[in-house]
Amino acid sequence: MKISIKDVEYVALLSRLELTDEEKVEQLRELNKILDSMEVLNKVDTSGVEPLAHVLPIHNVLREDELRATLPKEKVLQNAPEEDEGMFKVPKIV
Amino acid sequence: MGQYEAVIGLEVHVELKTKSKIFCGCPTEFGGEPNTHVCPICLGLPGVLPVLNKKVLEYAIKAGLAINCSIAEFSKFDRKNYFYPDLTKAFQTSQFDLPIAEHGHLDINVNGEIRRIGITRLHMEEDAGKLTHQGETISSSLSSLADYNRAGVPLVEIVSEPDLRSAEEAKAYLEMLKAIIEYIDVSDVKMEQGSLRCDANISIRPVGSKELGTRTEVKNLNSFRSVQRAIEYEIQRQIDQVEEGERIIQETRTWDENKGVTLSLRSKEEAHDYRYFPEPDLTPLVISRDWVEELKNGLPELPEAKKLRLIADHGLPEYDAGVITSSRTLADFYDKTVSLHADYKGISNWIMVELLKLLNAENMEISESKISPEGLAKMLKMIENNTISGKIAKQVFEEMFNTGKDPEAIVKEKGLVQISDEGQINAIVEQVIANNPKSVEDFKAGKEKSIGFLVGQIMKETKGQANPGVVNKLLKDKLNEL
Ligand SMILES: [Zn+2]
Repeated sequence: MKISIKDVEYVALLSRLELTDEEKVEQLRELNKILDSMEVLNKVDTSGVEPLAHVLPIHNVLREDELRATLPKEKVLQNAPEEDEGMFKVPKIV
Repeated sequence: MGQYEAVIGLEVHVELKTKSKIFCGCPTEFGGEPNTHVCPICLGLPGVLPVLNKKVLEYAIKAGLAINCSIAEFSKFDRKNYFYPDLTKAFQTSQFDLPIAEHGHLDINVNGEIRRIGITRLHMEEDAGKLTHQGETISSSLSSLADYNRAGVPLVEIVSEPDLRSAEEAKAYLEMLKAIIEYIDVSDVKMEQGSLRCDANISIRPVGSKELGTRTEVKNLNSFRSVQRAIEYEIQRQIDQVEEGERIIQETRTWDENKGVTLSLRSKEEAHDYRYFPEPDLTPLVISRDWVEELKNGLPELPEAKKLRLIADHGLPEYDAGVITSSRTLADFYDKTVSLHADYKGISNWIMVELLKLLNAENMEISESKISPEGLAKMLKMIENNTISGKIAKQVFEEMFNTGKDPEAIVKEKGLVQISDEGQINAIVEQVIANNPKSVEDFKAGKEKSIGFLVGQIMKETKGQANPGVVNKLLKDKLNEL
């Protein structure tokens, strides 16, 4: 399966990424390379094989409903590009 | 509506009342300074490993069982990808193709007709953070502030089949769902506080048509009233649109409570394509049948079963039984009072009339009032043994409602004890007869009704405290002597 520049633009929109034309071409090439690898996997006959939900043969890893220490506020906001009133300030949404 | 029929399905989010979040040990407690109930896991920092809270799984299974779903033997979590700043990870951990519970139903009663509403699925997911928009409206604001205290609070989403046909049915369904969740005690289910949230999918089609029309999704329904109003409005809007020859556009709309209208939310945000894929950081779930059986056996009596029992065993009218069992707190209050004093109808009447009147007037929940089952039971005994009259009891009840005081103490304090002393009542009877010769004459002339006026005068003189039985007897005796 090959994708087009249109698909790249669509995926970029979903991720709210603005790409230059050059970057779009670059992404197109990389994504298609990944999809080519997937094509190899698609050749494997999986009829009669249960879909895999997890790579390890484990299940039911659960924790008790107990409180644990939260992160100090300075640390929480440490990497925030902008903050206001103890909250993360983000640009216009809609 | 005539030639059109509405097709409605509800998506209901219920916040589970666990101590800690779904995948980390942060508190779920409401309030708290912004960004103080967070840790690297719910902040979505790289390299962290979420682990499912066992209580969330237990509550989800209980809720699934209570709405007649089958519980999956194998279930898993998936990532629902969308880019929005209320998510710390740019995806919401949810369940896609293998939800914990599916294929349930609820029976609702609308105007005496029982309708079975299908439930497609119930799945577990995490709540998102809270955004505050800086500026007048979301579209005119230049920036928003993100608080992630809610991020990772456990939710179950319950999706109904498009089986509802009117706003009234949608409200009845939501009320029944709320009551059931309240009974099984896995959530506070308070719409005003956001622990119960509802979105409605609405379309219309010509009556008799089997095809579904284009639907809109209406959000921001923050009360039972707004659910009903918004659906009524949206159905009419779609009919008007179709009548005018216009097409319905599939879109998300928001309910504006003040204006009483639904508004389009069309924007770039509508380009939703969630690209679900299995969550690699959480292990799949294999649910043992023994555990499901154990949880099923542990479920309390649910509202519908309780209602039928109150009708059959306690002889309550269907309407009263329905109201009392519609809320767990009310039903518990009834049960507790009945266990202290088995006067089913008396207790039901006091709840239906006086208690609900006071609660509605104060816009209160029963838990916020001071009235106790012990107080009501004691007061009913005082009526039975003629310590107080039914009329005085209303005053006592109101006082208990407001202060929580013991009914005996109230009666004593306010001097409300019923007067049954014949000598004392006789004196008042004579006085009233002397003061109202006209009524006495009327009675003598055969106007039986005028005795009611005289009784009223006697009750007034005694501030309602005279024993009505004794008053009637003494008054009749006196009048016959004349
Ligand atoms: Zn956390």
